[in-house]
Amino acid sequence: MSLLTLENVTLKFGGLTAVNNLSMQVEEGQVFALVGPNGAGKSTVFNLISRFYTPVSGKISFAGTDLLGLAPDEVPSLGIARTFQNIELFDQATVLENLLVGRHRHRGTNLVQQMFHTPAVRAEERAHREAVEEVIDFLDLQPYRNSRIAGLPYGVRKVVEVGRALASKPRLLLLDEPASGLSVEETQNMRWWIDDIRRQMGITVLMVEHDMGLVSKVCDKVLALADGAMLAQGTPAEVQSHPAVIEAYLGTGDAA
Amino acid sequence: MRIHFKTSYDDDIRLFEDGWKLSLYAALLALMVALPWLIDDFYLGEATNVLIWATCGLGLMLLTGQTGQASLGHSAFMALGCYSTVLLMEAGVPFIVAFPLAGIITGIVGGLIAIPALKLHGVYLAIATLALAILTDDLIVMLEPWTGGVGGKFAPPITVFGLEVNRWSNPAAWYYMALIVVLVVTLFYRNLLRAPMGRAFAAVRDSEISAQAMGVNLARTKTIAFGMSAGITGLGGALMGLFAEVFNNETFTFILSIQLLMMIVVGGLGFIHGAFLGAIVISFLPQALSIITDGIGSNVAIPGLEIGVFGVIMILFILFEPMGLYGRWLKIRTFFQLFPFARKDMFRRQKSYLKTERLR
Ligand SMILES: Nc1ncnc2c1ncn2[C@@H]1O[C@H](COP(=O)(O)OP(=O)(O)OP(=O)(O)O)[C@@H](O)[C@H]1O
Ligand SMILES: [Mg+2]
Repeated sequence: MSLLTLENVTLKFGGLTAVNNLSMQVEEGQVFALVGPNGAGKSTVFNLISRFYTPVSGKISFAGTDLLGLAPDEVPSLGIARTFQNIELFDQATVLENLLVGRHRHRGTNLVQQMFHTPAVRAEERAHREAVEEVIDFLDLQPYRNSRIAGLPYGVRKVVEVGRALASKPRLLLLDEPASGLSVEETQNMRWWIDDIRRQMGITVLMVEHDMGLVSKVCDKVLALADGAMLAQGTPAEVQSHPAVIEAYLGTGDAA
Repeated sequence: MRIHFKTSYDDDIRLFEDGWKLSLYAALLALMVALPWLIDDFYLGEATNVLIWATCGLGLMLLTGQTGQASLGHSAFMALGCYSTVLLMEAGVPFIVAFPLAGIITGIVGGLIAIPALKLHGVYLAIATLALAILTDDLIVMLEPWTGGVGGKFAPPITVFGLEVNRWSNPAAWYYMALIVVLVVTLFYRNLLRAPMGRAFAAVRDSEISAQAMGVNLARTKTIAFGMSAGITGLGGALMGLFAEVFNNETFTFILSIQLLMMIVVGGLGFIHGAFLGAIVISFLPQALSIITDGIGSNVAIPGLEIGVFGVIMILFILFEPMGLYGRWLKIRTFFQLFPFARKDMFRRQKSYLKTERLR
């Protein structure tokens, strides 16, 4: 059984069909890429999985659970974490605090215990910090641990956002354009991290990415979208050479 | 500059980051405890007043500074805290039980009010809560049999473990009572900030969308923040009414809500210190003003002068120092700690309040 399944999913914004009868399967352990020109509906697919949007028709399920029966804040408890195309961090908080919010789904104490800072709370906080510290080591975020997000460079924020998602120890990680706006060197790091996220941590990755160089290096499977509908899917090479895909990119004048 | 070498996770979790901070706050506490011996009864009364305002301010700070929700309705919770304490005492409940119970009642009512109110954002939330404050004024008048209406109510004598707490015969006892309350509230506040709930508050404040994506339930988190905030402010309101000894609907008008909001903005939104600094400003402003007006030889009281001047101060802060007095202090301190490496944009402020729909 696939880890994530979309079946004939359609979403409309007024008259605009942002996602059109889309079906896809992401297998456990895969790195899966969604590609397509601007406005193809890639981020909208992520927002459907996060339950920010409800499709007009179709089914979305994760490891056998019907996602459409859940509220957005219940999705992470299944083990789905994500980043946003336009970086959505907690700007007034530090890097450490941001990563600790990633641990939210693993909390085990109640409000009263927390008010009194009982030993259970202390023990839990230690465990959270240990988990977060692993992520900090993994992503080389040590120099920024106690910096507020608001003063950090773009590239670092991008990494912090990946870190926050990893801190929740997900089964499925959704990355919306992880390399956009990054320098060549930063993109290279991102590539190794995505490889390690899959190999060492055993996390399945679904990502949206415009950089076909990166996609062909890290992804097993690619699905190309245009105007909300699937154009082609397969290995990166197959999709890149697919006539419909070439047509779509040339047609919009968008060089991939 | 002090450099922290953190060697265990507890270094981050502890209340005070190092021995230096701990001794600083211990010294401050010792000073607070010794205060009745250092100043006369008049100024001790003023100090008590500062602590009461600080308690109210901490309540609103939790909601506005920590969770990013505006409220102009907190005078309603001050009234509720005050009337319920006094009514419970009149029903024979000893003060030591009536007071925390009133806080809990106010917190629950606050949480219930939050459920519909928090569907609103920003300015709309401010207007809705302002309506609540105005309504409370009328409600106090209408519920005359219980509240005494316009005629008001006299605070019953307070006894704690057989000791009478009276501001005239025993001002030190009153001061210590207010000190204990504000210390307990501050401790709870700090404990929340270093726990998942406090981080959920900050998450909701800075980005609702990613708070949800991390599993934070918005409605629940906001309701808890509103309830806790109302409860704490209710405790402050109870102290304020009891300290004034007589109170009626005019004691808790919506002006009080506005003053409270101004106070935390001037003190520094999002900082515990901000509530205390704001309380000092709001308590001593009337005196500073009367000294100034006496100085220029005017002995006519100018109506609304106080709140007007306070309003101007707040506008100046919003324009030039949005992080408030405490933020200013942080900048000065960082400048000297890092000298000469401090960068101007280190405290750059990003618009973080009132962000809502930003999916694309
Ligand atoms: N909340 C919304 N309301 C109305 N229209 C929307 C909304 N979100 C997205 N759209 C529209 O849906 C279409 C798909 O948008 P989406 O953000 O998914 O594109 P994308 O593939 O992620 O593009 P990009 O590469 O630019 O990020 C676009 O035409 C967009 O304008
Ligand atoms: Mg997008």
